[in-house]
Amino acid sequence: MSRLIDVENLTLQFDTDEGRITAVDNVSFSLEAGEVMGLVGESGSGKSVTAKSLMKLNPRNAVYGPETKITLHLENGPVDVMSLQNDAEMKIVRGGSISLIFQEPMASFAPAISIGEQMVEQLLIHTDFSKAQAKELSIEMLDRVGISDPATRFSQYAFELSGGMRQRAMIAMALSTKPKLLIADEPTTALDVTIQAQVIDLMKDLVTEFGMGIIFITHDLGVIAQTADKVAVMYLGRLVEQGTVRDVIRRPAHPYTRGLLAALPTLDDIDAPLTPIPGDIPSPLERPPGCVYNTRCQEIIGPRCAAEVPQFSQVDTNHAAACHLHDPKEGDA
Amino acid sequence: MSLPPLIAAKNLSVHYALRGGLIGPKPYVGAVENVSIEITAGSFFGLVGESGSGKTTLGRAMLRAAPISKGDVLFNDGEVSYSLKNLGKKDLKDYRKRAQLIFQDPYAALSPRMTVRDIIAEPLEVMGLTKSRAETDARVREIADKCRLNVEHLRRFPHAFSGGQRQRISIARALVSGPKFIVADESVAALDVSIQADVLNLLKAIQEDMGLTFLFISHDLSVVAHVCDHVAVMYLGRIVESAPTRTLFAKPRHPYTSALLSAIPSLDPDDRGTAQKLEGEIPSPTNPPPGCKFQTRCPHAIDRCRVEEPVFESAGIEHNVACHRWQELSI
Repeated sequence: MSRLIDVENLTLQFDTDEGRITAVDNVSFSLEAGEVMGLVGESGSGKSVTAKSLMKLNPRNAVYGPETKITLHLENGPVDVMSLQNDAEMKIVRGGSISLIFQEPMASFAPAISIGEQMVEQLLIHTDFSKAQAKELSIEMLDRVGISDPATRFSQYAFELSGGMRQRAMIAMALSTKPKLLIADEPTTALDVTIQAQVIDLMKDLVTEFGMGIIFITHDLGVIAQTADKVAVMYLGRLVEQGTVRDVIRRPAHPYTRGLLAALPTLDDIDAPLTPIPGDIPSPLERPPGCVYNTRCQEIIGPRCAAEVPQFSQVDTNHAAACHLHDPKEGDA
Repeated sequence: MSLPPLIAAKNLSVHYALRGGLIGPKPYVGAVENVSIEITAGSFFGLVGESGSGKTTLGRAMLRAAPISKGDVLFNDGEVSYSLKNLGKKDLKDYRKRAQLIFQDPYAALSPRMTVRDIIAEPLEVMGLTKSRAETDARVREIADKCRLNVEHLRRFPHAFSGGQRQRISIARALVSGPKFIVADESVAALDVSIQADVLNLLKAIQEDMGLTFLFISHDLSVVAHVCDHVAVMYLGRIVESAPTRTLFAKPRHPYTSALLSAIPSLDPDDRGTAQKLEGEIPSPTNPPPGCKFQTRCPHAIDRCRVEEPVFESAGIEHNVACHRWQELSI
């Protein structure tokens, strides 16, 4: 496998009326081609903002940290995403080498333009296809994602399609430019479980076929277990645990990951009590000092948790957690 | 069931008229068709199905918030006994005190211009249940406390609360009139998993504490497995299977139930792709297929399924199923 993207020290803040808030705090990860990374966390943990910043798709009040470095490795050499300035330069990244699938497929298609026209439009921007070639490829992609009668669907509008169908069309559109990296932001959350299973299968097939990397954002650990090769767990803008999907789900090393798993209803033991994580995720305006999770953590080891930001320490090969539990020092309880 | 039901639907149908049809019978959508369920007092009854299966409409019909076209809903809490189809104005007002609804989206269900105290107090004032402001306040505080809301925060507006806290406010509002029967429609679907666990635990605690009966509507089978005593599965307006939770999850009889169960993503990363996948999507209720409604997606459908609608019959203790082939299929 070859390296696809390197994200180093990604920090992103927003200037708001209430002050400057930190949405992403010193996040680093990398992804190989053909690899699926699950990004998990509660609402407000910064998952979507992180993913969108890989193509600098953030509002104007966004301020990137000076240390932030995002490198996309393309065939013609590495691209430093942070150095891209205007929309014209961003074109190779946005919709070109990186595609994004949103959570709500109804909201991501323009309602008054046919599905086909929208698919053709982006192909004309990103490839040197003629209109006829673009149409041909679009219909082929609709067929590929399992939409029956693709030629008819091509000229229909978003409201004429069901939720599952729309999400398939969205995937067809995102993949038609042959991106190197696909960011799927909660792509199955709005779907019924039977349709979710179909969409997950489809995405797995496509990874194998196209060999692209996928960042799969979801709050559903079951979906992660079924799709991802590795997992990154996020809390209040920071990564707290990273590892292979087996390690993270079977041997969670960070108290937050353990909390998420304990709160999850599973069918294996329907009598097991559901254990919520106490308290709510703090407002980004009031980020706790030290470990961001210390206000809710059940495994506090001492005053260090509220004073010192834990660094990632290796708990196994390819498995690391940012928690003082794994980096004990004198004076801890 | 041995205990008398608190509420029961008897061959209940809910139809909505469609436009057109100048000649011949008026066209309609059968959102709920010939549904019979009994909910025992004090139980946590789960209702599952995909979007468009009619779960919400059935829940609303049981609250007399959707029109009852055929059949009836019978309510009996020991004090009063109502037939919801023929409920007079006065009785309907009384029924509203006894049966309440908790909505899905805690962001949309609370007025942003009212304080939490006013939101919870509104049912009391509308129904004239309390005589003085002091009595109202006392009742609001009591219920807020039960729902684990900080009573110091009652003068705040909803925007100051997180999703989980807002859902507790909606629960408090539903409970304040002292109802016997609660319909919780996807009440945890919009919440994060940790907050979802917290709200589910709260609902269970309140149910036991106040002796309530719940109709818990959800599309999430793992949630239903954890909180409900009895589960009914709906497809295209019909109940296709109904059984005690344990039985349903251990021995599903209907192919749709077993397909739903196997579509739940397993937490085991090594257990991938073994599930039997359901093809296609739920048909439109305006144009339902003939025979068994599930035949268009059923992997076991035979010719008989395409012409004859199966009856809802007993497949064991408190276990009913509507499938021609449940006996021969071992799923």
